[in-house]
Amino acid sequence: MSVTSTDENLPLGAAPILSDGDARDFFALLKPRVMSLVVFTAMVGMLVAPGHINPAIGFIAVLCIAIGGGASGALNMWYEADIDAVMKRTSNRPIPAGRIDRPTALGFGLTLAAFSVFTLGLAANWLAAGLLAFTIFFYAVVYTIWLKRSTPQNIVIGGAAGALPPMIGWAAVTGDVSVASVVLFLIIFLWTPAHFWALALFKSGDYGKAGIPMMPNVAGDASTKRQIVVYAVLTAISAVLPTALGFASLAYGAVAVVLGAGFVWYSIGVLRMPEGDEKMIPAKKMFGFSLLYLAIIFGALMVDALVPPLLAMVG
Amino acid sequence: MELTEAQKKARRSRSIALGLVLAALVVLFYVITVVKLGPGLFDRPM
Repeated sequence: MSVTSTDENLPLGAAPILSDGDARDFFALLKPRVMSLVVFTAMVGMLVAPGHINPAIGFIAVLCIAIGGGASGALNMWYEADIDAVMKRTSNRPIPAGRIDRPTALGFGLTLAAFSVFTLGLAANWLAAGLLAFTIFFYAVVYTIWLKRSTPQNIVIGGAAGALPPMIGWAAVTGDVSVASVVLFLIIFLWTPAHFWALALFKSGDYGKAGIPMMPNVAGDASTKRQIVVYAVLTAISAVLPTALGFASLAYGAVAVVLGAGFVWYSIGVLRMPEGDEKMIPAKKMFGFSLLYLAIIFGALMVDALVPPLLAMVG
Repeated sequence: MELTEAQKKARRSRSIALGLVLAALVVLFYVITVVKLGPGLFDRPM
């Protein structure tokens, strides 16, 4: 077989080279860690939703949502290869490292996007498929191509893409969008800025080098810290809404109140962080707690939805 | 130009992964068909 050799001097992913990427590199394009969050929140959306879905169809729906989320990740990496190359955290991703070229990543992402949307439509319903298509479009085009490089509100608006999976899971079961599913969306949507800006505070050098207008780089640390507190408070309030609206138990509500207080407390720690603090320990703690917070909130919603039917089976 | 050992290894890895994905798709669409059409699918006069 005749092929052209890999030329290290060629522009990033521009040449029709034979890919050195193996299956693991293609899997890495799917952003597996983000995908695991998508799978988890989508599953919670399905479990909390009233009604019944065939377990096999439910599994296939979650798989489609996961693959759709992965397609968004691949399209994001296709477009952001130049930024990824200059940021330490992302410089070893398959495209900047030269193991996969950009056209291949684009084709991979588009193929997975199409397959995941159409399979979800055939297996579950076309509302869920439409929401998945919108999520992929929003993340790849609205967030990645448009907002990320143009406004410090990038992750506020773009966060909608990450917040949609529970609504898709809900729609896969019920075939509709209801207030309860919008609340699940709202919890992740309001959590995202507090989570990402905590990261952006201690990674502002990296973002500045890549020319991404994150909030600390544009509005400064002081303004970012104040906004983190605002979003932490809004997140804590939104997380209590499932109980207030009657689709989660008082036990879940208690968990949400305690965790919400913790989330706000950590955000106040960030607010009190002195100017010029290079270690930024409170911001790192806030970032770590934010991951735990979302996992426990959605975990509690899942337990809340699973316990009554299990008790009914036992009783 | 001959493929390097690394390129051959990567191509083999991609081929195996693609084969597995295609096999999984076949199973996936089979399951969707059976679930959507229900048990009546197997209950037809020959």
